[in-house]
Amino acid sequence: MPPVIEVRNLHKRYADKVAVDDVSLTIQEGEIFGILGPNGAGKTTTVECVEGLRRPDRGEIRVLGLDPLRDQAELTRRLGVQLQAGHLPERIQVAEALELYSSFYPRPADWRALLDDLGLADKAKTRYGKLSGGQKQRLSIALALVGGPRVAILDELTTGLDPQARRDTWDLIEGVRARGVTIVLVTHFMEEAERLCDRLALIDAGRVVMVDTPAGLTERARIGQRIRFRPSRPMDDSLLTSLPDVSGVTRQGDMVIVSGSDNALNAVTTVLARNQIVAERLRVEQASLEDAFVQLTGKRLESGAR
Amino acid sequence: MSTLQGSATWRLVKAESTLCVRDKVAPLWGIGFPLILLIILASVPDLRQLVEGGGGLTYFDLYVPVLILFNLAILATASLPATLAGYRENGVLRRMRTTPVGPARVLAGQLVANLAIAVIAMVLFLATAWLGFGVDLPQHPLGFALAWLLAAAALLAIGLLISALAPGRAAATAIGTVLFFPLIFFAGLWGPISQMPPLLREIAPFTPLGAGMGAFQNAYLGDFPSVVQLLTLAAYAAVCGFVAVRWFRWE
Ligand SMILES: Nc1ncnc2c1ncn2[C@@H]1O[C@H](COP(=O)(O)OP(=O)(O)O)[C@@H](O)[C@H]1O
Ligand SMILES: [Mg+2]
Repeated sequence: MPPVIEVRNLHKRYADKVAVDDVSLTIQEGEIFGILGPNGAGKTTTVECVEGLRRPDRGEIRVLGLDPLRDQAELTRRLGVQLQAGHLPERIQVAEALELYSSFYPRPADWRALLDDLGLADKAKTRYGKLSGGQKQRLSIALALVGGPRVAILDELTTGLDPQARRDTWDLIEGVRARGVTIVLVTHFMEEAERLCDRLALIDAGRVVMVDTPAGLTERARIGQRIRFRPSRPMDDSLLTSLPDVSGVTRQGDMVIVSGSDNALNAVTTVLARNQIVAERLRVEQASLEDAFVQLTGKRLESGAR
Repeated sequence: MSTLQGSATWRLVKAESTLCVRDKVAPLWGIGFPLILLIILASVPDLRQLVEGGGGLTYFDLYVPVLILFNLAILATASLPATLAGYRENGVLRRMRTTPVGPARVLAGQLVANLAIAVIAMVLFLATAWLGFGVDLPQHPLGFALAWLLAAAALLAIGLLISALAPGRAAATAIGTVLFFPLIFFAGLWGPISQMPPLLREIAPFTPLGAGMGAFQNAYLGDFPSVVQLLTLAAYAAVCGFVAVRWFRWE
């Protein structure tokens, strides 16, 4: 099956700054594809080129086989878009906006159902300008879906939402995907990417660092698990470093810290048992995508990102 | 597909009209204020005297077309540019670019909404003056209608031009306000054109509202507006409209 979105060697510079240096992505039908990276990495610029809002300097883009600039009219019918900064007239009411936007599309979704799904039913008659940030965000998600798109690009999906609204939105997105919609999710939230995405592209300074599943990324960073314990009697590190699943052993006071793949814990406890060592105060930490990101780019993700 | 596009356009026009009314500038300053002014002026006996060189019209008679032009000027300098520049500033037009309908039709919706408000105002002012205060309707209705259409086109084109050139909503409002006073001065809001100092009297027919006022006056007296008046209005509409379309930025 041809990919839903294909981006090849995309390059885009603004007057004095290269925003996208060399980005290539292939997004398959039905997946939730995450674009993850720190503030200013070029995520928004990349998806705006895909949406046909910006003209790339170089590179090729195909969305559902269409050229975003040449075939923009056709593309707008099949692509749902949530802009990072996209607004409505201050005085339009929530229901009016949804009804208006649904009239733009040949086969729109039921906008009343969307109103309920996004928890906006009691705000139907509220003006856009009077909504809270989170409510505006939910309305803009609803507007991205109201055309019944085959592909939806959501930029900073849950920025500005409180934790409960964020979880509700994740459920909603999973529901949308279950209906066969391909979703591109631009985010700087690790938890969101881990929870929702089938595959992820890590973007840093206008370049794709890596594309993989969330688990694959943490694995590639070779920090699947971190095991901490205090051995009941003195032991030699080489006992553990020789294990194939273990990538590193360090000491912190009388504690031993072992990092390794997801099978490391099994291997470590087996070796310890064979040597009659008891692992006291044993703790196992799952490495997060955040750890992987730091490992792969040398940068933190969420600090001040927006 | 074409009926779909038709219904989308119609809904946009409806939505933009609703928003225009909620914005209050057009109904309050474009209709309410001149209507109250008309009623107040009707009670000033001095205004019922004939204007020298007015062809048999009284000062009050002349205020009816002046207030019709006042309405157009408010729509063109206050309502339309602030709304459109605000739409650009707030990303409303940009968001529309990602839908099948596109931003040009939002523009069209705004124009139609303002035009509809202008028609309502014109009919309301004519009817109030006629039924309430005994001011005769224009004796050349066709000439009047044509003059009004061209005046509305010229002024809305000026409004579009302000929207196109102003960087943001605040600038659009400022430009509109500064432009409003000279525009409406030449319609004769502060005194008939025929009583202006000679230089201003020479300039007046070549300003949009001066030309409009001249054309209206002719129509009131039973004459078809002059070619110069109509061409002046048409030229403003064409030139401002052309420049506005060339320069308009969606974001
Ligand atoms: N319209 C613009 N003009 C100039 N520079 C821009 C513009 N938009 C974005 N940039 C710059 O391009 C870089 C990438 O921005 P963006 O694509 O918005 O990143 P992200 O969405 O990952 O935060 C940033 O350094 C940003 O400052
Ligand atoms: Mg961004």
